Amino acid sequence: MTLDQVRKGQVVRITGMPNEMFRVHAIRFGISEGSVVICRQIVPAGPVVVSWNKQEIAIGRSLARIISVEPY
Amino acid sequence: MSNDSVEARIPSGGKKIVLAGNPNVGKSVFFNALTRLYVDVSNYPGTTLDMACGRFGSDVVIDTPGVYGFSSLNKEEVIARDIILEADVVVNIVDAVHLERDLFLTLQLIDMGMPMVVALNMVDDAAREGLKVRSYLLEKLLGVPVVPTVAVSGRGIEELKRKIYFARPGHVESFTREKLSQIHPPAGRREALLILEGDPVISKRSGMRPGTERDALYRVRRERVNQIAARVINNTGRGTSFATRLGRWMLLPATGFPLLVLVLWGIYEIVGVFFAQFVIDHTLGLMEGHYEPAVRSLIDVFILPRSVAGTILTGRFGLLTLTVTYMFGLLLPLVLGIFLVVSVLEDSGYLPRIATLVDRVLIGFGLNGQAIIPLILGFGCVTMSLITTRMLGTQRERRIATFLLVLGIPCSAQTAIVTAVLVGMDPAYAFLYLLFICSMLVIAGTFLGRFLPGWTSPLLIELPPLRLPRPKNVLKKTWFKSWNFVREAFPIFAGGMLLLSVLEVSGLLDGIRSFLIPVTVNWLHLPPEMADVFIMGFIRKEFGAAFILNVPMLALQKFVALVTLTLTVPCIASTMIVFKERGWWEGLLIWFSVYGLAFFAGGVLTRLMEAFNAAGFLRLLALSTVVVFFLAAALIVFRLLMPDKKAV
Repeated sequence: MTLDQVRKGQVVRITGMPNEMFRVHAIRFGISEGSVVICRQIVPAGPVVVSWNKQEIAIGRSLARIISVEPY
Repeated sequence: MSNDSVEARIPSGGKKIVLAGNPNVGKSVFFNALTRLYVDVSNYPGTTLDMACGRFGSDVVIDTPGVYGFSSLNKEEVIARDIILEADVVVNIVDAVHLERDLFLTLQLIDMGMPMVVALNMVDDAAREGLKVRSYLLEKLLGVPVVPTVAVSGRGIEELKRKIYFARPGHVESFTREKLSQIHPPAGRREALLILEGDPVISKRSGMRPGTERDALYRVRRERVNQIAARVINNTGRGTSFATRLGRWMLLPATGFPLLVLVLWGIYEIVGVFFAQFVIDHTLGLMEGHYEPAVRSLIDVFILPRSVAGTILTGRFGLLTLTVTYMFGLLLPLVLGIFLVVSVLEDSGYLPRIATLVDRVLIGFGLNGQAIIPLILGFGCVTMSLITTRMLGTQRERRIATFLLVLGIPCSAQTAIVTAVLVGMDPAYAFLYLLFICSMLVIAGTFLGRFLPGWTSPLLIELPPLRLPRPKNVLKKTWFKSWNFVREAFPIFAGGMLLLSVLEVSGLLDGIRSFLIPVTVNWLHLPPEMADVFIMGFIRKEFGAAFILNVPMLALQKFVALVTLTLTVPCIASTMIVFKERGWWEGLLIWFSVYGLAFFAGGVLTRLMEAFNAAGFLRLLALSTVVVFFLAAALIVFRLLMPDKKAV
């Protein structure tokens, strides 16, 4: 399953981030493979907003489509 | 500013104190507090793009762009990294609410062996969110002094000033220590870490192969951050606040777009109605009714009004009359109004949410949602926002955003003048103006997005907590921005007026007017004097637009002149920035295509409008505009609600 298929409010564990640039950014933001995040919001056909602790980021749809996750 | 100039300003024996931290944690507030200088403070990542430096006692404080880590990922990181490598002391500012994010950079600095102090900022926000951070424990775990602060209200600043001189290197975790002991670059320990992490630039500088340990080092660091954060944060847990809920509504199309429209309408009421009509009436009346006659009668004592000097000082483009009246009676109040609005927007944290909301729409223009920030800031000042296009991910995005900004985003002074001109005309024209400028932007954006080679980076943006802007910061910022505007614009404006006066006195103005007749009269069907407007408009667009108020014309002609002028390149300053940011070739290409497009569109518009006007259909045209707007809005909403799997 990929991040763009997640439902609002669902808690997922990130299992794969193929985009190198994103991986570097994400680990600094505080997420890496294995992190557990909550899907806060899905802008219809737009970005997916995920959060962990008090941190929130919006991830564009095309990027969300290549991030693999599993239900937690 | 280059490193050399910093070097030159450090007194002998002085230390380089460098402020470092993630974006949007308040570095600039600390900079202002320590140096008593002023730099811009906002609530979105990326305000500080260059460095700023100032004195602190016998030492120097340097502000750096906010970054999430040091390497060569983007321009800000490169700037920040190079300043940090030269630092004597680092003041690392961390946001108490986002400790897990911010400590990553802190540990990277510690691993580099920097002598440092940590300012644990925004402890008030953390408390409001139900988080209590044990700063003494954090100090023990990191091994460097930690000072809790609330920089915007000055809390903890004095203690921080004392602790700067107790800065020391912190505890390095054993895995990293072992790796560091394996390499010894000539430059030293700081570079060693960056080389291990595979920084290509630093490796080359030291003549070593870039390391391959980044993933391992990052993972270890991330684990340690999580452990530290878990130990020092005491979550008293409270429900979601109103700000959090409001933040969510801003992101959903069903509530977000109406909110956006509401905000834009509010802005119009403040700038377009209160400032552009009420305030301007008074200030212009004051200048024209009292200031100008007083100056004229004073000057007339010494100089004949008809002489060359008299024309230059008090004539049609008088340096002491019209120049001063326009600057302080017309432009300054308008600019104050717009910067007030921009400051509130910047401080509230609303901009990144707009970026998320409109991401889907901007993808059609080959941009991601983040590009809305320079585009919105362009309504404040196009020149300044051209610089912020640097925060966009790829060259292609920067190129498109630059073109759109230069083509169709009117800056504050210009918007205000345009509003002032349109207010005096049939409301139909206002709709047509909006329709025309918007469609030019949409056409240009779609075209560029379609055909410009390269790729567009996907949106990845942090959503900062929504904050109620602090009136003190907003007023201070508005004041500084407006003051900078006057300081920068007044000499150019005066120079432009002087040029026009000289041209007029020497008879050259008539020459230029007749030279431009094929464009102004034949192509755009405007009076020959409009050449002045375009000359002035090249210097600064709003000065040109202000002249439109003066030249007697038909409403339709005023309208065509406004549209054409809006579409041309904003001002000399922005032209220079385009050349600086995009290079000469691309700059020239952008400049000429924008001018060509502007005059071409102006001519087409003239013929279209005349045809409709002759048939008495102007109102019908305006009505159809409204219909088209609603259809477009409906289409956008529809596209947003229909998931499009193929869209990239």
